[in-house]
Amino acid sequence: MSDPTHLSLAEARDALVAKKLSATELTKAHIEAIEKARALNAFLTETPELALEAARDSDARIARGEARPLEGLPLGIKDLYCTKGVRTTAASRILDDFTPTYESTVSANLWRDGALMLGKLNLDEFAMGSSNETSAFGPVVSPWRRKKGDGFDDAKIVPGGSSGGSSAAVAARLALGATATDTGGSIRQPAAFTGTVGIKPTYGRCSRWGIVAFASSLDQAGPITRTVRDAAIMLRSMAGHDPKDTTSVDAPVPDYEAAIGASVKGRRIGIPKEYRIGGGAEIDALWDQGVAWLRDAGAEIVEISLPHTRFALPAYYIIAPAEASSNLARYDGVRYGLREKGRDIADMYEKTRAKGFGAEVRRRVMIGAYVLSHGYYDAYYVRAQKIRSLIKRDFDEAFAAGVDAVLTPATPSTAFAQGEKGAADPVEMYLNDIFTVTVNMAGLPGIAVPGGLGADGLPLGLQLIGRPFDEATLFSLAAALESAAPKIEFPQPWWTEAK
Amino acid sequence: MSVDQATVRRIAHLARIAVEDQEVERLGAELNAILDFVAELSSVDVAGVEPLTSVLPMQMKKRQDVVTDGGFADAILANAPEKDDHYFVVPKVVE
Repeated sequence: MSDPTHLSLAEARDALVAKKLSATELTKAHIEAIEKARALNAFLTETPELALEAARDSDARIARGEARPLEGLPLGIKDLYCTKGVRTTAASRILDDFTPTYESTVSANLWRDGALMLGKLNLDEFAMGSSNETSAFGPVVSPWRRKKGDGFDDAKIVPGGSSGGSSAAVAARLALGATATDTGGSIRQPAAFTGTVGIKPTYGRCSRWGIVAFASSLDQAGPITRTVRDAAIMLRSMAGHDPKDTTSVDAPVPDYEAAIGASVKGRRIGIPKEYRIGGGAEIDALWDQGVAWLRDAGAEIVEISLPHTRFALPAYYIIAPAEASSNLARYDGVRYGLREKGRDIADMYEKTRAKGFGAEVRRRVMIGAYVLSHGYYDAYYVRAQKIRSLIKRDFDEAFAAGVDAVLTPATPSTAFAQGEKGAADPVEMYLNDIFTVTVNMAGLPGIAVPGGLGADGLPLGLQLIGRPFDEATLFSLAAALESAAPKIEFPQPWWTEAK
Repeated sequence: MSVDQATVRRIAHLARIAVEDQEVERLGAELNAILDFVAELSSVDVAGVEPLTSVLPMQMKKRQDVVTDGGFADAILANAPEKDDHYFVVPKVVE
Protein backbone atom coordinates (compact mmCIF):
# COMPACT_ATOMS: atom_id res chain seq x y z
CA MET A 1 0.00 0.00 0.00
CA SER A 2 1.19 3.56 -0.73
CA ASP A 3 1.85 5.95 2.16
CA PRO A 4 -0.72 4.99 4.84
CA THR A 5 -0.57 8.46 6.41
CA HIS A 6 -2.58 9.62 3.39
CA LEU A 7 -5.58 7.52 4.41
CA SER A 8 -8.49 9.03 6.26
CA LEU A 9 -9.27 7.54 9.66
CA ALA A 10 -12.27 5.71 8.15
CA GLU A 11 -10.17 4.35 5.26
CA ALA A 12 -7.43 3.20 7.65
CA ARG A 13 -10.03 1.48 9.85
CA ASP A 14 -11.45 -0.37 6.86
CA ALA A 15 -7.98 -1.30 5.54
CA LEU A 16 -6.99 -2.75 8.92
CA VAL A 17 -10.12 -4.85 9.24
CA ALA A 18 -9.71 -6.04 5.62
CA LYS A 19 -6.07 -6.91 6.55
CA LYS A 20 -4.72 -4.81 3.65
CA LEU A 21 -2.56 -3.04 6.20
CA SER A 22 -1.35 -3.84 9.71
CA ALA A 23 -1.69 -1.55 12.71
CA THR A 24 2.09 -1.81 13.11
CA GLU A 25 2.73 -0.58 9.54
CA LEU A 26 0.21 2.22 9.99
CA THR A 27 1.73 3.28 13.31
CA LYS A 28 5.33 3.10 12.04
CA ALA A 29 4.43 5.34 9.08
CA HIS A 30 3.05 7.94 11.47
CA ILE A 31 6.00 7.71 13.87
CA GLU A 32 8.34 8.31 10.93
CA ALA A 33 6.29 11.30 9.76
CA ILE A 34 6.39 12.77 13.30
CA GLU A 35 10.18 12.33 13.56
CA LYS A 36 10.63 14.21 10.30
CA ALA A 37 8.24 17.00 11.28
CA ARG A 38 9.88 18.29 14.46
CA ALA A 39 10.30 21.68 12.78
CA LEU A 40 6.54 22.13 13.17
CA ASN A 41 6.79 21.68 16.98
CA ALA A 42 3.36 20.02 17.00
CA PHE A 43 4.27 17.31 19.53
CA LEU A 44 5.48 18.10 23.06
CA THR A 45 6.00 14.44 23.93
CA GLU A 46 6.34 11.56 21.48
CA THR A 47 5.42 8.08 22.69
CA PRO A 48 6.55 5.78 19.84
CA GLU A 49 7.26 2.75 22.07
CA LEU A 50 3.82 2.87 23.68
CA ALA A 51 2.25 3.30 20.24
CA LEU A 52 4.05 0.31 18.74
CA GLU A 53 3.23 -1.88 21.74
CA ALA A 54 -0.44 -0.96 21.37
CA ALA A 55 -0.26 -1.57 17.61
CA ARG A 56 1.06 -5.10 18.16
CA ASP A 57 -1.83 -5.75 20.54
CA SER A 58 -4.25 -4.39 17.93
CA ASP A 59 -2.80 -6.62 15.21
CA ALA A 60 -3.29 -9.63 17.50
CA ARG A 61 -6.90 -8.65 18.14
CA ILE A 62 -7.59 -8.12 14.43
CA ALA A 63 -6.08 -11.54 13.72
CA ARG A 64 -8.43 -13.07 16.31
CA GLY A 65 -11.40 -11.25 14.74
CA GLU A 66 -11.86 -9.13 17.87
CA ALA A 67 -11.33 -5.66 16.44
CA ARG A 68 -12.90 -2.81 18.42
CA PRO A 69 -14.39 0.29 16.71
CA LEU A 70 -11.08 2.23 16.54
CA GLU A 71 -8.73 -0.76 16.57
CA GLY A 72 -5.14 0.16 15.76
CA LEU A 73 -5.82 3.78 14.73
CA PRO A 74 -3.00 6.17 15.78
CA LEU A 75 -4.11 9.48 17.28
CA GLY A 76 -2.52 12.55 18.83
CA ILE A 77 -3.71 13.77 22.23
CA LYS A 78 -3.79 17.45 23.15
CA ASP A 79 -1.47 17.92 26.13
CA LEU A 80 -4.36 19.18 28.22
CA TYR A 81 -5.64 15.60 28.63
CA CYS A 82 -4.09 13.73 31.55
CA THR A 83 -2.47 10.52 30.37
CA LYS A 84 -1.43 7.93 32.91
CA GLY A 85 2.35 7.67 33.15
CA VAL A 86 2.95 10.17 30.32
CA ARG A 87 4.02 13.73 31.18
CA THR A 88 1.16 16.24 30.87
CA THR A 89 2.10 19.92 30.67
CA ALA A 90 -0.88 22.04 29.53
CA ALA A 91 2.02 23.79 27.68
CA SER A 92 2.84 25.54 30.96
CA ARG A 93 6.07 25.75 32.91
CA ILE A 94 4.08 25.53 36.13
CA LEU A 95 3.22 21.85 35.66
CA ASP A 96 6.91 21.08 35.27
CA ASP A 97 7.29 17.29 34.90
CA PHE A 98 3.78 16.47 36.12
CA THR A 99 3.08 12.83 35.29
CA PRO A 100 -0.55 11.87 35.96
CA THR A 101 -1.29 8.71 37.90
CA TYR A 102 -4.67 8.52 36.12
CA GLU A 103 -6.16 8.77 32.63
CA SER A 104 -8.72 11.32 31.44
CA THR A 105 -12.12 9.78 30.74
CA VAL A 106 -12.21 10.87 27.09
CA SER A 107 -8.77 9.46 26.25
CA ALA A 108 -9.63 6.29 28.21
CA ASN A 109 -12.76 5.96 26.04
CA LEU A 110 -10.59 6.11 22.91
CA TRP A 111 -8.23 3.41 24.23
CA ARG A 112 -11.23 1.29 25.29
CA ASP A 113 -12.28 1.35 21.64
CA GLY A 114 -8.84 0.30 20.41
CA ALA A 115 -7.21 3.59 19.35
CA LEU A 116 -3.58 4.22 20.24
CA MET A 117 -1.57 7.29 21.21
CA LEU A 118 1.33 8.70 19.17
CA GLY A 119 2.11 11.43 21.69
CA LYS A 120 1.00 14.65 23.33
CA LEU A 121 0.26 17.73 21.26
CA ASN A 122 1.32 21.32 21.77
CA LEU A 123 -1.26 24.01 22.63
CA ASP A 124 -1.56 27.52 23.96
CA GLU A 125 -0.65 27.61 27.66
CA PHE A 126 -3.67 26.31 29.61
CA ALA A 127 -5.61 26.56 26.30
CA MET A 128 -5.50 30.37 26.52
CA GLY A 129 -4.76 31.71 23.08
CA SER A 130 -5.80 31.68 19.43
CA SER A 131 -2.47 31.09 17.68
CA ASN A 132 -0.51 28.57 19.78
CA GLU A 133 2.04 31.31 20.45
CA THR A 134 1.49 31.32 24.25
CA SER A 135 2.87 27.78 24.69
CA ALA A 136 5.80 27.66 27.14
CA PHE A 137 7.38 25.21 24.70
CA GLY A 138 7.33 27.51 21.69
CA PRO A 139 4.80 28.08 18.94
CA VAL A 140 3.51 25.45 16.53
CA VAL A 141 4.15 26.10 12.83
CA SER A 142 1.26 25.41 10.48
CA PRO A 143 2.00 23.07 7.56
CA TRP A 144 0.23 25.68 5.42
CA ARG A 145 2.14 28.55 3.78
CA ARG A 146 0.99 31.70 2.05
CA LYS A 147 1.09 31.78 -1.71
CA LYS A 148 3.68 34.12 -3.25
CA GLY A 149 3.91 34.24 -7.02
CA ASP A 150 4.25 30.63 -8.18
CA GLY A 151 5.72 29.53 -4.87
CA PHE A 152 5.29 30.17 -1.16
CA ASP A 153 6.09 32.93 1.29
CA ASP A 154 8.65 32.23 4.06
CA ALA A 155 6.47 33.59 6.87
CA LYS A 156 5.62 30.98 9.51
CA ILE A 157 1.84 30.71 9.64
CA VAL A 158 0.04 29.94 12.92
CA PRO A 159 -2.15 26.82 13.09
CA GLY A 160 -4.72 28.60 15.28
CA GLY A 161 -5.27 27.92 18.93
CA SER A 162 -5.54 26.77 21.46
CA SER A 163 -5.55 23.32 19.82
CA GLY A 164 -2.77 24.31 17.40
CA GLY A 165 -0.72 21.14 17.84
CA SER A 166 -3.83 19.10 17.10
CA SER A 167 -4.77 21.02 13.95
CA ALA A 168 -1.19 21.15 12.64
CA ALA A 169 -0.56 17.43 13.29
CA VAL A 170 -3.75 16.39 11.51
CA ALA A 171 -3.22 18.75 8.55
CA ALA A 172 0.42 17.58 8.22
CA ARG A 173 -0.72 13.91 8.30
CA LEU A 174 1.19 13.18 11.52
CA ALA A 175 -1.93 11.54 13.01
CA LEU A 176 -5.23 10.22 11.65
CA GLY A 177 -7.05 12.47 14.10
CA ALA A 178 -6.45 14.32 17.34
CA THR A 179 -8.28 15.23 20.49
CA ALA A 180 -8.77 18.92 21.20
CA THR A 181 -10.72 21.14 23.58
CA ASP A 182 -12.82 24.25 22.99
CA THR A 183 -13.62 26.96 25.53
CA GLY A 184 -14.23 29.90 23.13
CA GLY A 185 -13.31 28.44 19.75
CA SER A 186 -10.17 26.39 20.43
CA ILE A 187 -11.30 23.45 18.28
CA ARG A 188 -13.13 25.27 15.49
CA GLN A 189 -10.72 28.17 14.88
CA PRO A 190 -7.60 25.96 14.49
CA ALA A 191 -9.61 23.57 12.30
CA ALA A 192 -10.67 26.49 10.08
CA PHE A 193 -7.06 27.73 9.89
CA THR A 194 -5.73 24.36 8.73
CA GLY A 195 -8.43 23.06 6.38
CA THR A 196 -9.45 20.38 8.89
CA VAL A 197 -12.77 19.49 10.52
CA GLY A 198 -13.35 20.22 14.20
CA ILE A 199 -16.46 19.75 16.31
CA LYS A 200 -17.19 21.14 19.74
CA PRO A 201 -20.07 19.02 20.97
CA THR A 202 -22.88 20.16 23.26
CA TYR A 203 -21.75 21.07 26.77
CA GLY A 204 -22.05 17.84 28.76
CA ARG A 205 -21.65 15.47 25.78
CA CYS A 206 -18.05 14.60 26.70
CA SER A 207 -16.69 14.18 30.21
CA ARG A 208 -14.30 16.90 31.35
CA TRP A 209 -12.77 14.61 33.98
CA GLY A 210 -8.98 14.45 33.72
CA ILE A 211 -8.76 17.36 31.29
CA VAL A 212 -6.86 20.31 32.77
CA ALA A 213 -9.59 22.87 33.53
CA PHE A 214 -9.65 26.37 32.04
CA ALA A 215 -13.25 27.67 32.34
CA SER A 216 -15.41 24.81 33.54
CA SER A 217 -18.81 26.10 32.36
CA LEU A 218 -17.45 26.53 28.82
CA ASP A 219 -14.84 23.77 28.32
CA GLN A 220 -15.71 20.83 26.06
CA ALA A 221 -13.65 18.08 24.44
CA GLY A 222 -13.91 17.22 20.75
CA PRO A 223 -11.93 15.85 17.79
CA ILE A 224 -10.01 17.44 14.92
CA THR A 225 -9.82 15.27 11.77
CA ARG A 226 -9.37 15.56 8.01
CA THR A 227 -12.94 14.55 7.11
CA VAL A 228 -16.42 14.98 8.56
CA ARG A 229 -16.87 11.21 8.72
CA ASP A 230 -13.67 10.86 10.76
CA ALA A 231 -14.92 13.46 13.25
CA ALA A 232 -18.19 11.51 13.59
CA ILE A 233 -16.29 8.28 14.23
CA MET A 234 -14.02 9.84 16.87
CA LEU A 235 -16.76 11.73 18.68
CA ARG A 236 -18.85 8.60 19.08
CA SER A 237 -16.04 7.02 21.09
CA MET A 238 -15.13 10.18 23.02
CA ALA A 239 -18.68 11.05 24.13
CA GLY A 240 -20.75 9.50 26.89
CA HIS A 241 -21.81 9.81 30.48
CA ASP A 242 -19.19 9.75 33.21
CA PRO A 243 -20.16 9.59 36.88
CA LYS A 244 -16.91 11.47 37.66
CA ASP A 245 -18.18 14.61 35.86
CA THR A 246 -21.56 15.71 37.23
CA THR A 247 -22.07 17.98 34.21
CA SER A 248 -21.73 15.09 31.76
CA VAL A 249 -25.10 14.04 30.41
CA ASP A 250 -26.55 10.58 30.88
CA ALA A 251 -28.01 10.12 27.41
CA PRO A 252 -27.21 7.50 24.76
CA VAL A 253 -24.54 8.39 22.19
CA PRO A 254 -25.92 7.99 18.66
CA ASP A 255 -24.00 6.39 15.80
CA TYR A 256 -22.91 9.74 14.34
CA GLU A 257 -21.33 8.08 11.32
CA ALA A 258 -24.82 7.01 10.19
CA ALA A 259 -25.67 10.70 9.76
CA ILE A 260 -23.01 11.12 7.04
CA GLY A 261 -24.70 11.18 3.67
CA ALA A 262 -28.20 11.57 5.13
CA SER A 263 -30.39 13.93 3.13
CA VAL A 264 -30.56 17.53 4.32
CA LYS A 265 -33.63 18.23 2.19
CA GLY A 266 -36.07 20.52 3.98
CA ARG A 267 -33.67 21.33 6.83
CA ARG A 268 -34.06 24.93 7.89
CA ILE A 269 -30.78 26.83 8.09
CA GLY A 270 -30.68 30.14 9.90
CA ILE A 271 -28.40 32.90 8.63
CA PRO A 272 -27.82 35.40 11.45
CA LYS A 273 -27.45 38.89 10.06
CA GLU A 274 -25.46 40.00 13.11
CA TYR A 275 -22.53 37.86 11.98
CA ARG A 276 -21.90 40.08 8.95
CA ILE A 277 -19.35 42.09 10.91
CA GLY A 278 -15.85 43.00 9.98
CA GLY A 279 -15.03 39.75 8.24
CA GLY A 280 -14.39 41.44 4.91
CA ALA A 281 -15.44 40.60 1.37
CA GLU A 282 -13.64 37.25 1.21
CA ILE A 283 -15.33 35.87 4.33
CA ASP A 284 -18.74 37.19 3.28
CA ALA A 285 -18.32 35.60 -0.18
CA LEU A 286 -17.44 32.25 1.40
CA TRP A 287 -20.48 32.49 3.63
CA ASP A 288 -22.73 33.22 0.63
CA GLN A 289 -21.15 30.24 -1.11
CA GLY A 290 -21.94 28.04 1.91
CA VAL A 291 -25.56 29.21 1.79
CA ALA A 292 -25.72 28.30 -1.91
CA TRP A 293 -24.23 24.84 -1.27
CA LEU A 294 -26.80 24.03 1.40
CA ARG A 295 -29.65 25.43 -0.73
CA ASP A 296 -28.50 23.26 -3.64
CA ALA A 297 -28.54 20.26 -1.29
CA GLY A 298 -32.22 20.97 -0.59
CA ALA A 299 -32.02 22.93 2.65
CA GLU A 300 -34.30 25.89 3.26
CA ILE A 301 -32.48 29.14 4.07
CA VAL A 302 -34.02 31.66 6.46
CA GLU A 303 -32.63 34.91 7.79
CA ILE A 304 -32.59 35.03 11.60
CA SER A 305 -31.59 37.53 14.24
CA LEU A 306 -29.33 36.83 17.21
CA PRO A 307 -29.36 40.37 18.59
CA HIS A 308 -26.93 39.90 21.50
CA THR A 309 -24.12 38.45 19.36
CA ARG A 310 -21.83 41.47 19.69
CA PHE A 311 -21.83 41.20 23.48
CA ALA A 312 -20.73 37.56 23.54
CA LEU A 313 -16.99 38.16 23.24
CA PRO A 314 -16.77 40.87 25.92
CA ALA A 315 -18.95 38.79 28.29
CA TYR A 316 -16.70 35.80 27.57
CA TYR A 317 -13.66 37.86 28.61
CA ILE A 318 -15.23 38.28 32.03
CA ILE A 319 -16.63 34.79 32.57
CA ALA A 320 -13.71 32.76 31.22
CA PRO A 321 -11.00 34.63 33.17
CA ALA A 322 -13.15 34.52 36.32
CA GLU A 323 -13.45 30.74 36.09
CA ALA A 324 -9.79 30.44 35.12
CA SER A 325 -8.63 32.44 38.13
CA SER A 326 -10.54 30.01 40.32
CA ASN A 327 -9.42 26.84 38.49
CA LEU A 328 -5.78 27.91 38.34
CA ALA A 329 -5.66 28.64 42.08
CA ARG A 330 -4.62 25.01 42.48
CA TYR A 331 -1.15 25.70 41.00
CA ASP A 332 0.50 26.72 44.23
CA GLY A 333 3.72 24.74 44.26
CA VAL A 334 2.50 22.38 46.98
CA ARG A 335 0.96 19.26 45.48
CA TYR A 336 2.56 19.05 42.03
CA GLY A 337 4.50 21.05 39.52
CA LEU A 338 6.98 23.86 39.91
CA ARG A 339 7.95 25.27 43.32
CA GLU A 340 9.98 28.41 43.87
CA LYS A 341 11.46 29.03 47.31
CA GLY A 342 10.01 31.97 49.28
CA ARG A 343 10.56 33.56 52.67
CA ASP A 344 7.13 32.28 53.80
CA ILE A 345 4.27 30.33 52.29
CA ALA A 346 2.56 33.37 50.66
CA ASP A 347 5.87 34.42 49.11
CA MET A 348 6.37 30.86 47.86
CA TYR A 349 2.94 30.90 46.18
CA GLU A 350 3.54 34.28 44.57
CA LYS A 351 7.04 33.46 43.30
CA THR A 352 5.97 30.04 42.04
CA ARG A 353 3.04 31.46 40.11
CA ALA A 354 5.03 34.42 38.75
CA LYS A 355 7.68 32.06 37.38
CA GLY A 356 5.29 29.30 36.28
CA PHE A 357 2.61 31.25 34.42
CA GLY A 358 3.25 32.94 31.06
CA ALA A 359 2.13 36.48 30.24
CA GLU A 360 -1.31 35.62 28.80
CA VAL A 361 -2.22 33.28 31.66
CA ARG A 362 -1.10 35.85 34.22
CA ARG A 363 -3.20 38.50 32.52
CA ARG A 364 -6.32 36.36 32.53
CA VAL A 365 -5.90 35.18 36.11
CA MET A 366 -5.52 38.80 37.21
CA ILE A 367 -8.58 39.97 35.23
CA GLY A 368 -10.51 37.08 36.75
CA ALA A 369 -9.42 37.99 40.28
CA TYR A 370 -10.44 41.60 39.59
CA VAL A 371 -13.94 40.91 38.24
CA LEU A 372 -14.64 38.57 41.15
CA SER A 373 -13.29 40.94 43.79
CA HIS A 374 -15.34 42.81 46.35
CA GLY A 375 -17.19 45.74 44.83
CA TYR A 376 -16.82 44.55 41.22
CA TYR A 377 -18.54 41.17 41.31
CA ASP A 378 -22.03 42.51 40.49
CA ALA A 379 -20.88 45.10 37.96
CA TYR A 380 -18.80 42.64 35.99
CA TYR A 381 -19.37 38.98 36.75
CA VAL A 382 -23.10 38.90 37.53
CA ARG A 383 -23.83 41.27 34.63
CA ALA A 384 -21.85 39.05 32.25
CA GLN A 385 -23.80 35.99 33.42
CA LYS A 386 -27.06 37.84 32.74
CA ILE A 387 -25.85 38.69 29.25
CA ARG A 388 -25.00 35.05 28.83
CA SER A 389 -28.68 34.27 29.50
CA LEU A 390 -29.64 36.71 26.74
CA ILE A 391 -27.21 35.13 24.27
CA LYS A 392 -28.63 31.69 25.00
CA ARG A 393 -32.18 33.04 24.69
CA ASP A 394 -31.40 34.35 21.20
CA PHE A 395 -30.53 30.82 20.09
CA ASP A 396 -33.46 29.23 21.98
CA GLU A 397 -35.86 31.52 20.12
CA ALA A 398 -34.31 30.75 16.72
CA PHE A 399 -34.56 27.01 17.36
CA ALA A 400 -38.12 27.35 18.71
CA ALA A 401 -39.03 29.10 15.45
CA GLY A 402 -38.06 25.95 13.58
CA VAL A 403 -34.43 26.51 12.65
CA ASP A 404 -32.47 23.22 12.59
CA ALA A 405 -28.99 24.75 12.44
CA VAL A 406 -27.24 28.07 11.97
CA LEU A 407 -24.57 28.70 9.32
CA THR A 408 -21.82 31.28 9.93
CA PRO A 409 -18.19 31.82 8.98
CA ALA A 410 -15.77 30.11 11.40
CA THR A 411 -13.18 32.88 11.63
CA PRO A 412 -12.96 36.52 10.51
CA SER A 413 -9.90 35.82 8.28
CA THR A 414 -7.46 33.17 7.10
CA ALA A 415 -4.53 32.33 9.40
CA PHE A 416 -1.96 35.02 10.14
CA ALA A 417 1.79 34.74 10.59
CA GLN A 418 3.64 34.38 13.91
CA GLY A 419 4.01 37.72 15.68
CA GLU A 420 1.45 39.47 13.48
CA LYS A 421 -1.33 39.81 16.03
CA GLY A 422 -1.81 40.74 19.66
CA ALA A 423 1.72 41.95 20.44
CA ALA A 424 0.61 45.45 21.47
CA ASP A 425 -3.01 44.81 22.39
CA PRO A 426 -4.26 41.44 23.74
CA VAL A 427 -7.79 42.23 22.49
CA GLU A 428 -6.63 42.06 18.85
CA MET A 429 -5.98 38.33 19.34
CA TYR A 430 -9.27 37.82 21.19
CA LEU A 431 -11.26 38.98 18.13
CA ASN A 432 -10.37 35.69 16.40
CA ASP A 433 -13.11 34.00 18.39
CA ILE A 434 -15.85 36.45 17.47
CA PHE A 435 -17.87 33.85 15.49
CA THR A 436 -17.21 30.85 17.73
CA VAL A 437 -17.54 32.14 21.28
CA THR A 438 -21.35 32.52 21.25
CA VAL A 439 -21.61 28.74 20.88
CA ASN A 440 -19.71 28.09 24.12
CA MET A 441 -21.70 30.77 25.92
CA ALA A 442 -24.94 28.98 24.94
CA GLY A 443 -23.53 25.45 25.47
CA LEU A 444 -24.42 24.41 21.89
CA PRO A 445 -22.65 22.08 19.46
CA GLY A 446 -20.66 23.73 16.65
CA ILE A 447 -18.63 22.26 13.80
CA ALA A 448 -16.03 23.91 11.55
CA VAL A 449 -15.82 22.60 7.99
CA PRO A 450 -13.36 23.73 5.30
CA GLY A 451 -14.96 25.91 2.63
CA GLY A 452 -12.02 26.53 0.33
CA LEU A 453 -8.87 28.63 0.11
CA GLY A 454 -8.51 32.39 0.41
CA ALA A 455 -6.61 34.59 -2.04
CA ASP A 456 -3.47 34.00 0.07
CA GLY A 457 -3.76 30.24 -0.47
CA LEU A 458 -4.70 29.52 3.14
CA PRO A 459 -7.86 27.63 4.19
CA LEU A 460 -11.15 29.24 5.16
CA GLY A 461 -13.82 27.53 7.25
CA LEU A 462 -17.56 27.61 7.73
CA GLN A 463 -19.30 26.93 11.02
CA LEU A 464 -22.58 25.14 11.66
CA ILE A 465 -24.28 25.57 15.03
CA GLY A 466 -26.88 23.03 16.15
CA ARG A 467 -29.57 22.38 18.72
CA PRO A 468 -28.37 20.91 22.01
CA PHE A 469 -27.39 17.23 21.53
CA ASP A 470 -28.22 17.31 17.83
CA GLU A 471 -24.67 16.67 16.65
CA ALA A 472 -26.09 14.16 14.16
CA THR A 473 -27.78 16.95 12.15
CA LEU A 474 -24.53 18.92 12.19
CA PHE A 475 -22.68 15.92 10.76
CA SER A 476 -25.26 15.54 7.95
CA LEU A 477 -25.08 19.23 7.05
CA ALA A 478 -21.29 19.35 7.40
CA ALA A 479 -20.96 16.34 5.09
CA ALA A 480 -23.17 18.13 2.53
CA LEU A 481 -20.88 21.18 2.70
CA GLU A 482 -17.79 19.00 2.48
CA SER A 483 -18.95 17.28 -0.67
CA ALA A 484 -19.96 20.57 -2.32
CA ALA A 485 -16.80 22.49 -1.39
CA PRO A 486 -13.56 22.26 -3.39
CA LYS A 487 -11.49 19.37 -2.06
CA ILE A 488 -8.73 20.47 0.34
CA GLU A 489 -5.29 19.36 -0.85
CA PHE A 490 -3.16 19.25 2.27
CA PRO A 491 0.35 20.70 1.93
CA GLN A 492 3.26 18.63 0.66
CA PRO A 493 5.79 18.04 3.47
CA TRP A 494 8.17 20.98 2.94
CA TRP A 495 9.02 20.72 6.65
CA THR A 496 10.64 17.30 6.39
CA GLU A 497 14.06 17.01 7.99
CA ALA A 498 16.54 14.46 6.78
CA LYS A 499 16.77 11.81 9.49
CA MET B 1 -13.63 51.81 35.42
CA SER B 2 -9.88 51.65 35.02
CA VAL B 3 -7.18 50.28 37.26
CA ASP B 4 -4.32 52.33 38.69
CA GLN B 5 -0.96 51.02 39.84
CA ALA B 6 -2.08 50.40 43.40
CA THR B 7 -4.99 48.33 42.06
CA VAL B 8 -2.64 46.31 39.84
CA ARG B 9 -0.59 45.44 42.92
CA ARG B 10 -3.73 44.57 44.88
CA ILE B 11 -5.06 42.29 42.11
CA ALA B 12 -1.66 40.62 41.73
CA HIS B 13 -1.64 39.89 45.44
CA LEU B 14 -5.23 38.57 45.30
CA ALA B 15 -4.13 36.29 42.46
CA ARG B 16 -0.96 35.35 44.40
CA ILE B 17 1.30 36.35 41.53
CA ALA B 18 4.46 38.32 42.34
CA VAL B 19 4.97 41.35 40.10
CA GLU B 20 8.16 43.34 39.69
CA ASP B 21 7.99 47.14 40.03
CA GLN B 22 8.90 47.64 36.39
CA GLU B 23 6.01 45.37 35.26
CA VAL B 24 3.24 47.28 37.01
CA GLU B 25 2.74 50.00 34.43
CA ARG B 26 2.61 47.61 31.47
CA LEU B 27 0.28 45.21 33.31
CA GLY B 28 -2.01 48.12 34.17
CA ALA B 29 -2.19 49.13 30.50
CA GLU B 30 -2.99 45.55 29.43
CA LEU B 31 -5.68 45.13 32.07
CA ASN B 32 -7.20 48.47 31.11
CA ALA B 33 -7.28 47.45 27.43
CA ILE B 34 -9.32 44.39 28.41
CA LEU B 35 -11.58 46.39 30.74
CA ASP B 36 -12.16 48.96 27.95
CA PHE B 37 -13.12 46.08 25.66
CA VAL B 38 -15.73 44.73 28.10
CA ALA B 39 -17.05 48.20 28.99
CA GLU B 40 -19.79 48.10 26.34
CA LEU B 41 -21.58 45.47 28.43
CA SER B 42 -22.75 48.26 30.72
CA SER B 43 -25.01 49.47 27.87
CA VAL B 44 -27.05 46.22 27.83
CA ASP B 45 -30.44 46.29 29.53
CA VAL B 46 -30.39 43.33 31.89
CA ALA B 47 -33.38 44.30 34.01
CA GLY B 48 -35.30 41.20 35.04
CA VAL B 49 -32.75 38.81 33.47
CA GLU B 50 -31.52 35.94 35.62
CA PRO B 51 -27.78 35.22 35.52
CA LEU B 52 -27.10 31.99 33.68
CA THR B 53 -25.77 29.30 35.99
CA SER B 54 -26.19 26.21 33.82
CA VAL B 55 -26.47 26.04 30.03
CA LEU B 56 -28.60 22.90 30.16
CA PRO B 57 -31.78 22.32 32.11
CA MET B 58 -30.46 19.19 33.78
CA GLN B 59 -30.91 17.71 37.18
CA MET B 60 -27.57 17.04 38.78
CA LYS B 61 -27.19 13.38 39.67
CA LYS B 62 -26.96 12.47 43.29
CA ARG B 63 -25.28 9.45 44.79
CA GLN B 64 -25.20 7.82 48.19
CA ASP B 65 -22.99 9.75 50.60
CA VAL B 66 -20.56 6.90 51.11
CA VAL B 67 -16.87 6.35 50.51
CA THR B 68 -16.47 5.08 46.94
CA ASP B 69 -12.79 5.59 46.39
CA GLY B 70 -9.53 6.10 48.21
CA GLY B 71 -6.35 4.52 49.47
CA PHE B 72 -4.13 6.25 46.88
CA ALA B 73 -1.84 8.27 49.11
CA ASP B 74 1.24 7.26 47.13
CA ALA B 75 -0.36 8.22 43.81
CA ILE B 76 -1.56 11.54 45.21
CA LEU B 77 1.91 12.40 46.49
CA ALA B 78 3.73 11.09 43.43
CA ASN B 79 4.18 14.54 41.87
CA ALA B 80 4.76 16.56 45.04
CA PRO B 81 7.75 18.93 44.86
CA GLU B 82 8.52 18.16 48.51
CA LYS B 83 7.05 15.41 50.65
CA ASP B 84 7.71 13.51 53.85
CA ASP B 85 6.08 10.14 54.30
CA HIS B 86 2.42 10.77 53.33
CA TYR B 87 2.58 14.54 53.85
CA PHE B 88 3.09 17.52 51.57
CA VAL B 89 5.87 19.70 53.00
CA VAL B 90 5.42 23.50 52.97
CA PRO B 91 7.31 26.40 54.55
CA LYS B 92 6.47 26.95 58.22
CA VAL B 93 3.06 28.65 58.52
CA VAL B 94 2.73 29.04 62.31
CA GLU B 95 5.62 30.40 64.39
